[in-house]
Amino acid sequence: MITAERKPLEEIIAYVRPFDRILLVGCNECVTVCAAGGRKEVGILSSALQMAFLKQGKNLQVKEHTLERQCDPEYVEELSSMIDGADAVLSMACGCGVQEVARRYRDKPVFPAVNTTFMGASERQGVWAERCQGCGDCLLGITGGICPIARCSKQLMNGPCGGSTHGKCEISPDVDCAWQLIWDRLKALGLEDRYEEIMPAKDWRTGRGGGPRKIIREDLAE
Amino acid sequence: MKTDSVLEKVLSSGNLAVTSECGPPRGAAVDKVKKKAKLLEGVVDAVNITDNQTAMVRMSSFAAGVFLRQMGLHPILQMVTRDRNRLAMQADIIGAYAHGINTMLCLSGDHPHFGDHPMAANVHDIDSIQFIQMVRQMRDEGTFQGGAEIDVPPKMFIGAAANPFADPFELRVARLAKKVAAGVDFIQTQCIYNLDKFEQWMEGVCARGLHEKCAILAGITPMKSAGMARYMKNKVPGMDVPQELVDRMAGVPKEKQAEEGIKICVESMQRLKEVKGVAGFHIMAIEWEQKVPEIMEKAGLLPRPEISA
Repeated sequence: MITAERKPLEEIIAYVRPFDRILLVGCNECVTVCAAGGRKEVGILSSALQMAFLKQGKNLQVKEHTLERQCDPEYVEELSSMIDGADAVLSMACGCGVQEVARRYRDKPVFPAVNTTFMGASERQGVWAERCQGCGDCLLGITGGICPIARCSKQLMNGPCGGSTHGKCEISPDVDCAWQLIWDRLKALGLEDRYEEIMPAKDWRTGRGGGPRKIIREDLAE
Repeated sequence: MKTDSVLEKVLSSGNLAVTSECGPPRGAAVDKVKKKAKLLEGVVDAVNITDNQTAMVRMSSFAAGVFLRQMGLHPILQMVTRDRNRLAMQADIIGAYAHGINTMLCLSGDHPHFGDHPMAANVHDIDSIQFIQMVRQMRDEGTFQGGAEIDVPPKMFIGAAANPFADPFELRVARLAKKVAAGVDFIQTQCIYNLDKFEQWMEGVCARGLHEKCAILAGITPMKSAGMARYMKNKVPGMDVPQELVDRMAGVPKEKQAEEGIKICVESMQRLKEVKGVAGFHIMAIEWEQKVPEIMEKAGLLPRPEISA
């Protein structure tokens, strides 16, 4: 999923201060799962904003609405019936959702209420960790199912650097050494020999190196 | 001979080769570069110029290396994959070669987390092994990594680092084997304090014949004090300092600790000389370059062999 964290309240307040009527839009997908911008968080932020402004003598009107999927034009269309009643939109979706709302409602200011962080997985209750950087040319088939691009601090493709200690990365004892994980997994699979195959320099055109990316599926595109 | 590198010539003459290093100043203080270089002149065969070591901005390895060349020394261009993409790296490699720098060290570099620019972007377009492949391709095939022909290719003698003490230990020989397969000519190791472990690693290296495919220079760093020993033991990632060494340093009065550090360093070198596969030394006397001549003298490595550049 795409993970996100809510921005500090002060930053959000600064965005909405000039407005009286806010449409606060959550998303039912990733940000709901990582507890950053789903229906529940929309309710909490709405109350927090109204209270903060009330203390300053301002009655901020907040209309709450959570879309099924904010990165999808079909669902974003739902906002058309309530958009005129708002001076600005505050989105709790990831950056994709924020941009889709901005694209659809051109004359309405749209502000992000969360910081979109990474593509990751849940490690345990309340903990998410980065797993993928969307390089566009997946290596997991040769690295034992552990990504060195996303999980090695130096994105080394050919083995652990000299800073790997007791399975941890040199930057922090809280970060696993990706190559220790890869090596352990290759061993578990009986694929130790694979380690010595040199992974050639990566072609970053499939990633950000090629500029903003787009997928066009001829079989589906209209 | 693959190159005109003096280091390559010393190694192929059958002598133990010795390199040392010079960390450039944090500014345009040319005098500091020259002063450090002067301390190493005639004492070692070639001098590494570090590249933004510990992720702190310093005068570039290339620029400081040119000063050393002008003084008649043989600089080793260090380059990390952290700060440059492959275009910038290749540009600097041909530039340095054009200035007479024909030996280099390919590294990934310390993470910015450790330096004074933790907010900087990490480049890592390629890794250290792909870096070795790229420099070899430039030299042996005369082409850039993108495939185009190079007009006067840089003939670099290619070095890399190896840390026998990092984890997982069982991968450390295999990691060297990958660097050899990529085309590395020489290796400078992490500072060696745990000699038993180093010898164990070297046994694995020799068992696979890797010492015949690349020259292994044993990394040496003299300790100035018991405090430094403790710091290296506890704080530096990938460093293996046995407790008895810390105790030995702490066991002598403070004013005698530097002397004890030199003694330990020379004893290590004497023992390492006998280790099969050790082709020489890389002495990293951090901000203590003035001690290198004394270490070299005591280790019986002076005078250096006469090699015409």
